Amino acid sequence: MAKEISVDISPVGEPAEQAEAPTTPARNTCPRCDSHYREDEMVANLRVCVHCGYHFPVTARERIVQLVDEGTWSETARDLESADPLEFVDSRPYPERIAEAERKTGLRDAVLVGTAEIGELPVALAVMDFTFLGGSMGSVVGEKVFRAAELAVERRMPLVSVASSGGARMQEGVLALMQMAKTVAAVEELREAGRPFISVLAHPTTGGVAASFAALGDVVIAEPGALLSFSGPRVVRQTTREDIPDDFGLAESNFRHGHIDMITPRPELRDMVARLAWLLANGAPYRRTPLLPDLGAPQRAVGRLIGGARRRFTDLLPDRDGDGTA
Amino acid sequence: MTATERLRFLRRRGGDGDAWHAVELARHQDRPYTLDYLNRICDDFVELHGDRAEGDDPAIVAGIGSFRGQTVAFVGHQKGRDLKERTYRNFGMPRPEGYRKAMRVFELADRLAFPVVTLIDTPGAYPGVGAEQRGQSGAIARSQLMMMGLNVPVVACVIGEGSSGGALAIGVADRVLMQQHTIYTVISPEGCAAILWKDAGEAKRAAAALRPTAEACLALGVIDQIVPEPGGGAHRDHGKAAELLADAIAADLEFLDTLPPAERRRLRRQKFERMGAFVE
Repeated sequence: MAKEISVDISPVGEPAEQAEAPTTPARNTCPRCDSHYREDEMVANLRVCVHCGYHFPVTARERIVQLVDEGTWSETARDLESADPLEFVDSRPYPERIAEAERKTGLRDAVLVGTAEIGELPVALAVMDFTFLGGSMGSVVGEKVFRAAELAVERRMPLVSVASSGGARMQEGVLALMQMAKTVAAVEELREAGRPFISVLAHPTTGGVAASFAALGDVVIAEPGALLSFSGPRVVRQTTREDIPDDFGLAESNFRHGHIDMITPRPELRDMVARLAWLLANGAPYRRTPLLPDLGAPQRAVGRLIGGARRRFTDLLPDRDGDGTA
Repeated sequence: MTATERLRFLRRRGGDGDAWHAVELARHQDRPYTLDYLNRICDDFVELHGDRAEGDDPAIVAGIGSFRGQTVAFVGHQKGRDLKERTYRNFGMPRPEGYRKAMRVFELADRLAFPVVTLIDTPGAYPGVGAEQRGQSGAIARSQLMMMGLNVPVVACVIGEGSSGGALAIGVADRVLMQQHTIYTVISPEGCAAILWKDAGEAKRAAAALRPTAEACLALGVIDQIVPEPGGGAHRDHGKAAELLADAIAADLEFLDTLPPAERRRLRRQKFERMGAFVE
C-alpha cells in the first residue's frame, strides 16, 4: 500500500486535479534535504524527515495506524462505491479511472470512515487519502463524511477528520459541488447535537474540501508545510498574474493570518488530538504518554527526584487547612 | 429512477439541450444581472455595504427590499456590463469580504425574521493572493453553514453562471431554482478543460461532459424547479424575465412560510444530505 505514495504532490487548484501525480522514483528521499530512508525507518519516523522535518504524504490507512490506539479502529460504510451519474468521459471514462485508483490504492474511494479510540477516548473518524484520484470529493466521500458525523451524533462522540484533497471531483459534475453543502449539513448536525469536531488539515487541502467541512472544525490543526488554499498557486498565477509569495497558502501563512488554530508536527499530532478531544468532551484530562516509558531503575530514580521536588515545592505553599491566612 | 437513469432519459429525449449554447446564454452580456432584477422586482431596495471587518466587495450585492408586500433580504453576485464596470465588479468573482457581507445580511434577516433570497451569477470565487490570505475557503464554508442554520425561509436562484464553491457559498436554500438558460457546475468548462484535457480550448467538450444545464441539474436532484425565461432568453426582455422570476420566488416564499422554522431547517439539511449518486 505504501508503495503507491508519490512524494511529489503538486499543488492543485479548485476543484481537484486528478491527472496522475508525477511519480518521483526516489519516493523515500526527502525533497527538501535529500536525506534517504529505508521503508522501515520511514514507518518508524511517521514519514517525517528526521533531519529537516519535512512531512512526507501519508495514506489513509497509515494515518489511522499513526493516530488511533492500537486495535481500536473499526471501519464503517466500507462498501460504498462511486456511481457514474453523468457517464463522464474525458480522455478516459470515469469508471476506468475509478477502477485504476482502486487497484493502485486498495481503497474503494478517497476516504475511510469509522470509529476508534484516541487516547482511550472513543471518536468518529474520517481520514482522506490523496492517492485515490487526488483525494477528490465526489458522492462517496460526501456520504461517508456525513455518516461519520451521524455516528458521532448517535454515539455521542467527537468527530475527528483528516483532510487531504485537491477539491471536488469534476467527473461527478454539479453533484460533486453539492457534496460541499452535504458535508456542511453534516457539520450542522454535529453542532445541533452539541458534538465537537476536530479538523486536521494535511498537505494538500484545497478547493471544495478546504471550503466545506474541513474549514469548519471547532479546532483546526494543520501539518507543517501543508498547502491549504481555495485556489492553488498555479491557478492564482494564471488568472491574476500576481506575484505569488513563497509561502502562498501554506499552513504557516494560514496560521499567521488567523485561519487555523495551530500547526502540529506529526509526532505530536496524536497527543494533541487526544488532549483536545478530552477537553472538548469535558472529560478527565488526557494523560499524556509518559515521557519516560517503562521506567528502568535509573529512570525510576529520576522519577522519584521529580516527585520529591514537587512535594517539597508544595510544602512551601501556604497551608490551606491551617490558620486560614491563605 | 436514479439520477443516472433520469439523465439518460433526458438525453434520449433530446431535452438536455446544447450545453455550450446554455453556457453562452448564461454569460450573455445583455443578460439581466442581480441589480437589474432587484430594481425591477422590489418596490424599494436599499443596498447595504461592507463586511464590518475590512472592506466592501462590489462582486456581491446585499441589501433589503420590499418584495410583494414584505421585507426580504437579498444577496447576489453582481457582474458589470462595460469594461469599466466589469473591472469594478471583478467580473462577479467575490473575495472573502463579499461572503462576510452576505453573512452579515443573513444574520440581520434571521434576527428580524425576513426571508432570504439569493441570486447566483459568478464564474467562481476570486483566486487571488489577498483573497486567500483573508480566508477565502473559510468564508465560503461559513457562509454555507450559516445558510444551513437560518430560521427564516431561504430561496436561491441561478440567474446566469453558477460556477464552483463561489456560487454555492450563497446557494444553500430551502428551494433552489435555475432560470431556463443558466448553468450550474462544479467548475467552469474552461477550468475543467484545462485540467482534464490539458487544453482550455476544449471547453465545449468539457461543457458537454459536465452537464451543467438546468434540465440536467433538475434530473440530478440538485435544483427544485426551472424558472422560464422570455422567448430567446432573459436578455431579450428584462422586464418579462424579472416578472417570471418574481412569480417563482413569491410562490416559493409563500409555501415555505407555512412551515415551522425548525422543520424548515431540518428539511433544508435533509435536502442536501440526500444529494449524490453512489452504489452500496
